[in-house]
Amino acid sequence: MSAKGGTAIRLVGCAKTFTNGTRALERTALELKGGEIIVFLGPSGCGKTTLLRVIAGLESPDPGGRIFFDDEDVTELPIERRNVGMVFQSYALFPNMNVEENIAYGLKVHGATPQHRAKRVEEMLQMMQIGELRLRRVTELSGGQRQRVALARAIAAQPRVLLLDEPLTALDALLRERLRIEIDVLLHSLGITAAYVTHDQGEAMAIGDRIAVINRGTIVQTGTPREIYYHPASSFVADFVGTMNRVNGTLRDGSLELPGGRIPWTQGGTGAVQALFRPNDARIVTEAEAQLRGVVEQQFFLGDRTRLHVSGIADGLVVVETSEHREFRVGQSVGLRIEPGALLNLRD
Amino acid sequence: MRNTENYKLLIMVTPAIAVGVAFFLLPLARLALVGAVGPSGLSAYVEVLTNPNYFSALVSTIVLSVAVTVTTLVIAGIAGVFLERNRFFGRETLISMLTLPLAFPGVVVGFMVIMLGGRTGLVGELSSFLGLGRVVFAYSLIGLFTGYIYFSIPRVILTIMAAAEKLDPALEEAARSLGASPWHVVRDVILPALRSALIASGAICFATSMGAFGTAFTLATDIKVLPIVIYTEFTLMANISTAAALSIVLGIITWAALAACRAFAGATAAAAG
Amino acid sequence: MARTRYFYLQLAFTLLACLFLIVPVLMSVIAGLTVNFFQGVSSGLTLRWIGVVWDLYAETIFRSLYIAFAALSVTLLIGVPAAYVLAKRPGVVTRLIEEALVLPVAIPGLATALALILTYGGFRDFRTSWVFILVGHVLYTLPFMVRSVLAVLSSFNFRVLEESAASLGAGFWRRFFGIIVPNVRSGIVAGALTVVTLSIGEFNLTWMLHTPETMTLPVGLADSYASMRLEIGSAYTLVFFVMITPLLIALQRYGLQRVTTRGPA
Repeated sequence: MSAKGGTAIRLVGCAKTFTNGTRALERTALELKGGEIIVFLGPSGCGKTTLLRVIAGLESPDPGGRIFFDDEDVTELPIERRNVGMVFQSYALFPNMNVEENIAYGLKVHGATPQHRAKRVEEMLQMMQIGELRLRRVTELSGGQRQRVALARAIAAQPRVLLLDEPLTALDALLRERLRIEIDVLLHSLGITAAYVTHDQGEAMAIGDRIAVINRGTIVQTGTPREIYYHPASSFVADFVGTMNRVNGTLRDGSLELPGGRIPWTQGGTGAVQALFRPNDARIVTEAEAQLRGVVEQQFFLGDRTRLHVSGIADGLVVVETSEHREFRVGQSVGLRIEPGALLNLRD
Repeated sequence: MRNTENYKLLIMVTPAIAVGVAFFLLPLARLALVGAVGPSGLSAYVEVLTNPNYFSALVSTIVLSVAVTVTTLVIAGIAGVFLERNRFFGRETLISMLTLPLAFPGVVVGFMVIMLGGRTGLVGELSSFLGLGRVVFAYSLIGLFTGYIYFSIPRVILTIMAAAEKLDPALEEAARSLGASPWHVVRDVILPALRSALIASGAICFATSMGAFGTAFTLATDIKVLPIVIYTEFTLMANISTAAALSIVLGIITWAALAACRAFAGATAAAAG
Repeated sequence: MARTRYFYLQLAFTLLACLFLIVPVLMSVIAGLTVNFFQGVSSGLTLRWIGVVWDLYAETIFRSLYIAFAALSVTLLIGVPAAYVLAKRPGVVTRLIEEALVLPVAIPGLATALALILTYGGFRDFRTSWVFILVGHVLYTLPFMVRSVLAVLSSFNFRVLEESAASLGAGFWRRFFGIIVPNVRSGIVAGALTVVTLSIGEFNLTWMLHTPETMTLPVGLADSYASMRLEIGSAYTLVFFVMITPLLIALQRYGLQRVTTRGPA
């Protein structure tokens, strides 16, 4: 048991091969502290949903894999005896029941008394602010409302673990943005251990205590959102999470030499090298301060920031983002500065 | 976990399988066997094709069923497309009336034909009123034909309407905007879209006509259609092995017609998609 | 939209087709209520023939209802679970099972009846009981129940509903009865109406399977057409119409198309 009171989850050597031979998940080890919220992030078909379903008990791992909730080995337990709450991408609300009955279902199955059921349902309706929907048929609800009901239903019976499978994917962008904040607040206030699957890096950044980036059935990196963003362990992670510039240059005398100038290099080595940096790590500076010089080829006004495509810095275009309010002209020359710490050098 | 679930699923499907095997597959195998072990042995099947009586019954049943199928497709095709594509007062009532005979057994359909073309039938009354003499057709091939169309129209109309419902009106509008005449629209837009529905309902219509027994039984017609021949051989002649062989042949024809149309409709659907 | 010449031509054609189907029904209804059909309605209307039918054939009517509801019970009991299994585990084996279950619709009833008689005719008690007819009716109607439920099951993602029920702690049977069955209710209702309607009207099988003690309504109809005066046959037919019409109207409400477009009735 952790200080926060949630259930710790431990996976040992869990792989998953489907009967048709598809290897969805390579042997995976993973530990979640009680109350921790982890996001499984990766492209579609990477195995993130399979990993979630293995934890849920909807898929059993290949022989040899074990799953522990705290110290209890739950590998052989079917999902209905694991006491997990689950939220599905399609919500999976029961069309034959109204909102209230959907939320009460888990309590009913667990044999809660009618009084306790009514009390819990009331709490859930309040918490999700959907009291006025209690008697609605689920087919009459909007996407956002359905999502709230699905969440309420999943947590009503106080599960040990909450599992969310792309819960916001079916919603429009604005609602997604709002609900991701609500979900983050909700999960942290519940103190429940949660795993959240998404392919959307913005969602992953906003919700997770920790992100596990998954590619081809393997967890390629786990870390806080900040670690994942600023210190990607591989070029796959670097590219999947946010935009990344790649420039080819030469190392000489502690500097990286690029077509547009030179910048300090603190990571050692000599000869040809590929360096990576985030668009917002290249600062636009005055001519005097500039380490690199290039020409604006295109500009995109994004509201909160402006994105520039700059030529002349490296062999290709370099993407630069700035929150400055001024407008740039195509053909205008700009000077850039990149701190040595923002430069990455990845081998793969 | 999946294993115990498979076990439960097996329990759930077992009663249906048991009923199917005990009361259908085994008896059918027995029927096929009886057809082959009669006095003439396996040749009972050959006899069906070589004996002129049986063979002509087979041919006339097939010809009748094909004629019924084509006629029904035309009638139900026109009415079905019309009813699906137009909204007017009384439409629902028309549809209800056109699908009413769906649940009539063959005997009742036979009786309906007697009402129309029997000795005191409507057509006879009208023709004698017009001084053309009393026309009686119920007990002839025409009566049988009329009865088969009577029970086929409701089934086919429903299938056609379901298919016409999916017809994209934009296609017709596009064709018209390109200058197509109503006839061209029918030929180039509507018929191709209804193709699989026509094939499917046509096959059902054919198979039902091949096996229909009640109507011919009620009309007590002289026309030797296969089901009547089977019945006569079995009950009156006690010629059980021939009856069995004929039943098997009839069953194979109807099953093959349905299977072929399904394969064909499936293939065209795949090609279209 | 302006009504064109084509509209009225097609309307006239459709009306003609409708008359073809409806006029004989009306004639038979009138004949069943007329004192003497040969003299026409002017001979007076009467319920006498209905009374005669009741005296002669009431038993067949009750037997048909009895068999129909027995067939309904059996098809519900074995058909709904079977449909669920077929939907749940799509594969070669279940595909074959489905084919075999649906086969009795593709084979003429006469052939099926003959096969049953040849195989079980020797069991006298079975052969002479109404259960023998029930067996035939179950074979013939089961495919409609299975298909009707299968059609609904394939129209929504029942697996994810089951998974979500399981995640909330519901075991296998609880999921089946609490989630699957209520959500395929429309298919069950349509299937049930079809089963009852088809069973009440079934003749091809029943004529071969029945004995003088186990006559059903359609068998009685055939008997009356052959041996009674026209008015009695008509009155009997009228009784049949009265029984079958509510079922058909209900069927027209509950997805008749879905059931009939999937196979011959």
